[in-house]
Amino acid sequence: MPSAIGEPLDRVDGRAKVTGGAVYSAENNLPGMTYAVMVTSTIAKGRVASIDSAAARRAPGIIAVLTHESKLKLAKSPDDISPDSAADRRLQLLQNDRVLYAGQPVAVVVAETLEAAQEGARLAQVRYGPETPSVSVDASLAGAFIPERLSGAGDPGRSSRGDVQAGMSQASTRLEQVYTTPFQVHNPMEPHATVAVWDGPDGLTLYDATQGIFGARKRVAGLLGLAVENVRVLSPYVGGGFGSKGPTWSHVLLCAMAAREVRRPVKLVLARPQMFGPIGCRSETRQSIAIGAKPDGTLTALKNDVVTHTSSFDDFVEPASTPTRKLYSVPNNSTTQRVVRSDIGTPSYMRAPGEAPGTFALEVAMDELAYALTMDPLALRLKNYAEQDEDGQKPWSAKSLRECYRMGAERFGWAKRSPEPGSMRDGHTLIGWGLGTAMYPARRSPASARARLNRDGSIQVEAGTQEIGGGTYTTMTQIAADGIGVEPSRVIFRLGDTQFPPTPVSGGSMTTASTGSAVYLAARALRDTIIQRAVVDRNSLLYGAKPAQIAFENGRLSRSDRPGQMETIQHFAAGLGEPYIEAIVNAAPGQEKEEFSPMSFGAQFAEVRVDADLGQVFVSRMVGAFGAGRIINAKTARSNFMGGMVWGVSFALYEHAVYDERLGRIVNNNLAEYHVPVNADIGDIDVIWVDEADHHVDPIGAKGIGEIGITGSAAAVANAVFHATGKRVRDLPITLDKLL
Amino acid sequence: MKAFAYARPSTTDEAIATFSSSSGAKFLGGGTNLIDLMKMGVEQPSTLIDITRLPLATIEEHAGGIRIGAMVRNSTVAEHPLVRDRYPVLSQAILAGASPQLRNMATIGGNLMQRTRCSYFYDPTYAHCNKRLPGSGCDAIDGYNRMHAILGASDQCIATNPGDMAVALMALDARIQVLGPQGPRSRLAGDFFRLPGDTPNIDTNLRPGELITAVDLPPIDWATGGHYLKVRDRNSYAFALISVAAVVGLDSNGSIRRAQLALGGVAHMPWRVPDAERVLIGQTPGDGAFRDVAEALLKGAKPYAHNRFKVELVRRSIARALEAASTRA
Ligand SMILES: Cc1cc2nc3c(=O)[nH]c(=O)nc-3n(C[C@H](O)[C@H](O)[C@H](O)COP(=O)(O)OP(=O)(O)OC[C@H]3O[C@@H](n4cnc5c(N)ncnc54)[C@H](O)[C@@H]3O)c2cc1C
Ligand code: SF4
Repeated sequence: MPSAIGEPLDRVDGRAKVTGGAVYSAENNLPGMTYAVMVTSTIAKGRVASIDSAAARRAPGIIAVLTHESKLKLAKSPDDISPDSAADRRLQLLQNDRVLYAGQPVAVVVAETLEAAQEGARLAQVRYGPETPSVSVDASLAGAFIPERLSGAGDPGRSSRGDVQAGMSQASTRLEQVYTTPFQVHNPMEPHATVAVWDGPDGLTLYDATQGIFGARKRVAGLLGLAVENVRVLSPYVGGGFGSKGPTWSHVLLCAMAAREVRRPVKLVLARPQMFGPIGCRSETRQSIAIGAKPDGTLTALKNDVVTHTSSFDDFVEPASTPTRKLYSVPNNSTTQRVVRSDIGTPSYMRAPGEAPGTFALEVAMDELAYALTMDPLALRLKNYAEQDEDGQKPWSAKSLRECYRMGAERFGWAKRSPEPGSMRDGHTLIGWGLGTAMYPARRSPASARARLNRDGSIQVEAGTQEIGGGTYTTMTQIAADGIGVEPSRVIFRLGDTQFPPTPVSGGSMTTASTGSAVYLAARALRDTIIQRAVVDRNSLLYGAKPAQIAFENGRLSRSDRPGQMETIQHFAAGLGEPYIEAIVNAAPGQEKEEFSPMSFGAQFAEVRVDADLGQVFVSRMVGAFGAGRIINAKTARSNFMGGMVWGVSFALYEHAVYDERLGRIVNNNLAEYHVPVNADIGDIDVIWVDEADHHVDPIGAKGIGEIGITGSAAAVANAVFHATGKRVRDLPITLDKLL
Repeated sequence: MKAFAYARPSTTDEAIATFSSSSGAKFLGGGTNLIDLMKMGVEQPSTLIDITRLPLATIEEHAGGIRIGAMVRNSTVAEHPLVRDRYPVLSQAILAGASPQLRNMATIGGNLMQRTRCSYFYDPTYAHCNKRLPGSGCDAIDGYNRMHAILGASDQCIATNPGDMAVALMALDARIQVLGPQGPRSRLAGDFFRLPGDTPNIDTNLRPGELITAVDLPPIDWATGGHYLKVRDRNSYAFALISVAAVVGLDSNGSIRRAQLALGGVAHMPWRVPDAERVLIGQTPGDGAFRDVAEALLKGAKPYAHNRFKVELVRRSIARALEAASTRA
């Protein structure tokens, strides 16, 4: 049976995106629109002593200057977050004079034009009563605490099996090192943007750049005291989020509150520098790893003590210890996570929270161990291959890591590696090869979808979900097409509207498994309905057949027992008495998580070319081999893996939000100075995957691929740099000064 | 952004007169730096005098060298055959800067006048910056100063000139032609730029109201032995940590006959020490000679907390650039 799933179908929304037809949140222009600009704090801690807004109010075009003195009403405190919405953050909504981090909104200026609002924001004179901020781990270490739960999957704050001390004493080779990763900021291409329109005092529509329309609706409704069904959130296209558009941040509420005040639609778009602070970041991590091994490489003990930051007022714990818990087979294993409170905006989910920094430290430590044992780094990994999840004490739902190592190594040419550091040289250039293991859990949440056959033969499938760049329009179209038995071109998939069936946030790599399963089941249900109707329809050539005898392929229903007796879906639809028939399905995960540990894995290989004298690093080649369940679209999947791998390069070599610790401010808060790789920094990237059949995760066997690409890749690059230069850099990013 | 008036003169005299008649005017070239600074609120001109229509957009042979009009776009200069053939170091320097889109907009005059990228200068919400607010102090000296100067700085300001093209112009002894209310005048690149001293608010020796009209490259037939090395934190679209513009002429037995070199990323102006260059004359290109010239150029170097590496990086960069230039000489 021809299957759309797996095909490298072009993005169905590709044309709209490249021609400007796709309307992003900030591009909604409504009659009577006004423009809001946030004034953000320039101190990291203290109080707003006064805001002199007289000059701003006098400036042309200004409609309102909102401050904490405006006493804007909320239905509940923005600090009141429900424990069942892990993504809810405590917000800063002009309710008091406290300044908790640099970049916190302290006023909102609304004007007739964007330029007027900007000028008004500049003219608003904010005076502060500053206090000394703390943004460094060292300064706050004394007050560090171990949280009960880590963010993300909610794993415990510490873990232990066996006896690490005893394991270390059995080891012939021991390694103890500290690895640090810096603060990073998501920086999606599209800035966060909200357009708010009130329909009377009780109804609100938001056009919001969000990864979670339903989460946004709930948070906004709760804080503004509205019935959830009276809030509509639309987000048909999102220009990247990487986690930063998962939680509903302060600006969304401020936009809605401003619109309520001025009684007109308000558009609020963050300026790039405002994206460094109030909308989350990845916390710096400090990971102290200890490993012990026997002469043959068998691990006897493995330990990781992690320190990360959270804000002074909210809790987010970057779960960096989880790879250490699960990746290798080792009888004695312990991890702890400690958190310090800093005067920063609350850190948040950022592509592969936990696994990205966690695999960096662990996989560099394993590389160091391999050198200490004079063992091939790949052989060391295979020696300690975890046949089951020893942390969760469950079998993996499926694991193809061995195959990933094999395929990746073969494609990369790993066997030709000369192990000695600095042994591969080309003039001024030192060449190095490195390896890192990728892993990311497969998650699934409840989701629902609707599939509808219209009388004109078109098929309309809807689910709330969001398109954040991964290709959701396209993959859902393929899944729906296969589920029904029609060509993808016949399916129109719609998303990004809270009036569509509810779905989870586009995060945690779970869209395909969650929403995809719902779409698939809705499509199957529609297919069954069509078949059941056809066999009882006297006008149909299929009349009288048993449903089980009907094949439904390529838009044709045919009787398997009487070939040639068939009917097109077009014809069937035309005969419908009603305008459409539809199926709505609520899908949810079952008990599979109790029985299995669902996890994706991969192997990342990198080649770097390092200037021997000047220290400049270029990643000339990467191979990533992944085992991540069923791949829905070979083209979008490749792009997604590749994007993750590029981010791994960025993680290893470039990204660093630099705090001026005296002031508690990020000094490189723009894209000229906050470096991510440009084209000239990326060499050849080769993405391959194992055809993995995982029967335990969900009805379509998909595990999600949005995040795994960034895991293991930074370690591969860092290990390649060591192989090239003999210099072990444990503190990211690896800038050239660290290699001089 | 503060509201401003806009004028678009068609002659240089008109441009100068417009400037004189309005207080707080600014010339607008490609706008790639000025508009940015206006958005940030660092620059707040009352009038923008758009000079891109002035008849100053040609490249021609002049007095044995070439003359580049101030309105010529950066990409046009970099790709011009006269520049590429005779002054490859200039072409390379321009192409090492910014991005193709920016170079298509940026003018030669604007490029010379681009302001420092010091974070504390660029954002007026930082309280202490003598360059932006004379007498307010300097947030960079004890702050984040990875990109900052190691040579010629003062206790008032440690900012660097961020430009690439200027480094090549310095090495080539280019002459900047300007026109002011008092008529035309010209300055060597070395006299055009300045060190911060006690007045870091003044970037260059161009007087208010003076318009850059052209850049003259002198007739040096040995400039073909040129190389521009830019060391930076990523391979494109990043300002120089260190850059070196080197021009080397060899005699028939392979010894260095002439050498001129300037450094970028180290000071408030492209850094050149003609005395240091003399160390190279008569030497065979090689590490010994290169190290000596580096030490001479680095005399008095004073790094800060985040840019200590620059001192060693200068040594290595000079060696690499001179090696490359000598190979081409
Ligand atoms: C993201 C980014 C990255 C960059 N990277 C680099 C880099 O790596 N290397 C590099 O060298 N540069 C870099 N640049 C800077 C770029 O080279 C400058 O912005 C550009 O050269 C300025 O030229 P312009 O014509 O746009 O000047 P404008 O912005 O128009 O003007 C700049 C200044 O020059 C004055 N001015 C303009 N023309 C004249 C004239 N004829 N006479 C007198 N005054 C004049 C203006 O009044 C203004 O003060 C970068 C810029 C950006 C935005
Ligand atoms: S280095 Fe110069 S430009 Fe930077 S803050 Fe100090 S005075 Fe201002």
